[in-house]
Amino acid sequence: MTDKTCASIARYAVLTVLTAFSAAVGADPGSRILATSGAMQIEGSAGGGLVPWAVIAGYGSDTEIGGAAYYTSASVSDFDLWSSGAAIGFYNRIEVSAARQHLDVIPLGLSIEQDIIGLKARVSGDLIYGDAPQISVGAHYKRNRDFTVPELLGAHDDSGTDIYLSAAKLWLGALGGYNVFANTTLRRTKANEGGLLGFGSATDNSYDWMIETSAAVFLNYNWAVGFDYRQKPDRLGLGEDDWADVFVAWFPNKRISVVAAYADLGTVAALDDQSGWYLSVQVTQ
Amino acid sequence: MMQRCKRVKTVLLSAILVLGLSACASSQQNDTLYRALGELDGITRIADNFLFYLSKDDRVVEFFAETDIDRFHQKVIEHICELTGGPCEYTGDAMVTTHEGMNINETQFNAVVEDLIRAMQDERVPTRAQNELLAVLAGLHGEITHR
Repeated sequence: MTDKTCASIARYAVLTVLTAFSAAVGADPGSRILATSGAMQIEGSAGGGLVPWAVIAGYGSDTEIGGAAYYTSASVSDFDLWSSGAAIGFYNRIEVSAARQHLDVIPLGLSIEQDIIGLKARVSGDLIYGDAPQISVGAHYKRNRDFTVPELLGAHDDSGTDIYLSAAKLWLGALGGYNVFANTTLRRTKANEGGLLGFGSATDNSYDWMIETSAAVFLNYNWAVGFDYRQKPDRLGLGEDDWADVFVAWFPNKRISVVAAYADLGTVAALDDQSGWYLSVQVTQ
Repeated sequence: MMQRCKRVKTVLLSAILVLGLSACASSQQNDTLYRALGELDGITRIADNFLFYLSKDDRVVEFFAETDIDRFHQKVIEHICELTGGPCEYTGDAMVTTHEGMNINETQFNAVVEDLIRAMQDERVPTRAQNELLAVLAGLHGEITHR
């Protein structure tokens, strides 16, 4: 069995344990409305596939603690990526998350890993109620587990911290009776390819503000279709592109959700036209 | 200072009432949602289910300990009927008044929304009509919570 298979099995095992744990705890999931947990994005925060949203992970409302665990696998032309992690949401106010990303660079037969600790706080507003959007601030502290490849490509640091500001709103029945969701996030970052290729470069080590956005329409309580867009800097001079995806999300109940997407990551590490499938499973509480 | 706050409150409440009434007046021109919910029969069945789920819901059942259930049932039907453009007149008290002192939090408000969703799902109310009714009721969030 290859290391990769082992790693995948290990991730699924973690997910199974978390599911069993959550069932064993026996508590009902939190009181927020189905699907308002969002999904879990690739850095381990509640969000869309690529973008952290202003929502707090899990279903906990103002008197409850919720959470989510996820496993995501994405496969584009020259790369395979998996990401796995968990987040706890306290009182629909604070979210703490931890995630690991693993990137296989197929043409080179090597892999890159990164750990991410996330923190998010809802500062005002509500996703559904009232006119104001829900606004949150957050941070991702990221660290490369092995700096060899990023350093070779010209990265300045093996760790970095992104900070972001997100606003999200769900409008009930807004589009011919269907619910519409939108989120915009502003992120201050110097990460290359989200940090997988390190942070900054010898010639350009400053932070930039990037815009990220997601929108979705709910076909009913259980199904949503939408897109993510994530602007990115190009500090390594490798033609780094913005990321985008279109997704279908399924929320059969408050315990589990599945997101399938087609992602276009553009040029990654000078390899162009990186597009392919993305599949994510999350268990929520 | 207290007097002034009271006056501001009264003005605000009147404004809400006037806005509410004008919203009703305009919505009564359009009874699409009322009909989508199955008119009075459909709304009555939704209210039946709604009360059933509320009574089984540990998160909110405490609030109904001293409620006259038959009256509450009738007021729910009237209120939904009126808010959705049906030929009814809501004769109950203002939302702010009925929830005064209850200090309803977000968890409890969400619980009630979930119970209403279950009630509508049981009646197979079309998704779009459900969303539109939820939108009307979500508009009452500010009048109901933290009172």
